[in-house]
Amino acid sequence: MDFKGQNVYFFILLLKRYPHGQADLRLYTMKESSSLLKRFLSKGNSKFIIAIVSVSLIAMAFSVKDFRPGNDGYTSIPTENDQNKEASEEAFEQVYSVLMHPRCMNCHPIGDIPLQGDDSHVHNMLPQRGEDGKGVSTMKCITCHAATGVPGENTPPGNPSWHLPPADMKMVFQGKSPRELALQLVDPEKNGHKNMQELREHAVDTLVKSGWNMGGDRELPPLSYEEFKEVWYTWIDNGAHAPSE
Amino acid sequence: MALFDINVNGQTHQVDVDSDTPILWVLRDNLKLLGTKFGCGIAHCGVCTIHLDGDAVRSCSYPISAVENKKIVTIEGLSENGDHPVQKAWIEHDVPQCGYCQAGQIMTASSLLAQNSNPTDDEIRRAMNGNLCRCATYTRINRAIKTASKEM
Repeated sequence: MDFKGQNVYFFILLLKRYPHGQADLRLYTMKESSSLLKRFLSKGNSKFIIAIVSVSLIAMAFSVKDFRPGNDGYTSIPTENDQNKEASEEAFEQVYSVLMHPRCMNCHPIGDIPLQGDDSHVHNMLPQRGEDGKGVSTMKCITCHAATGVPGENTPPGNPSWHLPPADMKMVFQGKSPRELALQLVDPEKNGHKNMQELREHAVDTLVKSGWNMGGDRELPPLSYEEFKEVWYTWIDNGAHAPSE
Repeated sequence: MALFDINVNGQTHQVDVDSDTPILWVLRDNLKLLGTKFGCGIAHCGVCTIHLDGDAVRSCSYPISAVENKKIVTIEGLSENGDHPVQKAWIEHDVPQCGYCQAGQIMTASSLLAQNSNPTDDEIRRAMNGNLCRCATYTRINRAIKTASKEM
């Protein structure tokens, strides 16, 4: 049986030494399942009484296409053989158009003061980034940005986790070419220590989403949030390639 | 409308207002605490600054739904007898001219000194950047903060 290029999953029922005999039923990849099996076979006195009661091979029929963006069955990033570099680069063009839009870029400035407005001017009152990206002393983001905003034109948008990237990893978007930005986004030393899966999930971050929900007459990014999520996933699932200069 | 319990200057109050009502208007209209002033209504001037769990925040931009279970301090509650070191220094340096922005200036200055009892000129300038004074009393504000810092 050739599993290469297939996403194969096992349901493994683990009987743990819990006081009331609860069991865990989890979904594991083939690699994880193999590792688990080895552990159980070599550790007779492990915390698990008897490891595997039932192993069911369930996902043989699924090709990687079934886990493409928008598919509720998504579980992991496809393997290299099933990625399409061209699709990735094409998707990033659109990702870039969103990330460089003021709704995203204003909080990823070159300097230590956020930008503001559709023309990305330096933020009024010159609030500073601060070490954690949340401002300094009496000029923190929360000084004006509450978890939820108040109604009215030009009122500060609300968000429970309003912040800039921290001082030790500024994650600058402003002034970056598509290639520079793509390379920065996939580098854990420059992207907030995110692996590819975490980077993928960043699309549903509350602050990312708020770019489409800031209220007033603020211009929206060039793609809808759902469209952005789609191209973001397409870019990453196909290898997160950086376009050439 | 809905009922909200809020803690202001150490006392609990129950108010019946819309959940998106800025706390500024609850303070002024419901609790009749008129020391906190309305300036711009969009967090650009600092006149309405209060303390929320010790942080200086703009009360015009915080809905009441965001301040339940938090401690609010207004200019009226900064000290019992108006003798907070910042208030004393403000009098010593005769800081106010028209006075309209001064409650907000004092609330921001006192929050700064609570976090940093000996700020440099640069730290004072950065901390006070969000509090505007149309009478341009900035030099006296800076001096008064320096004076107050000696008592902190």
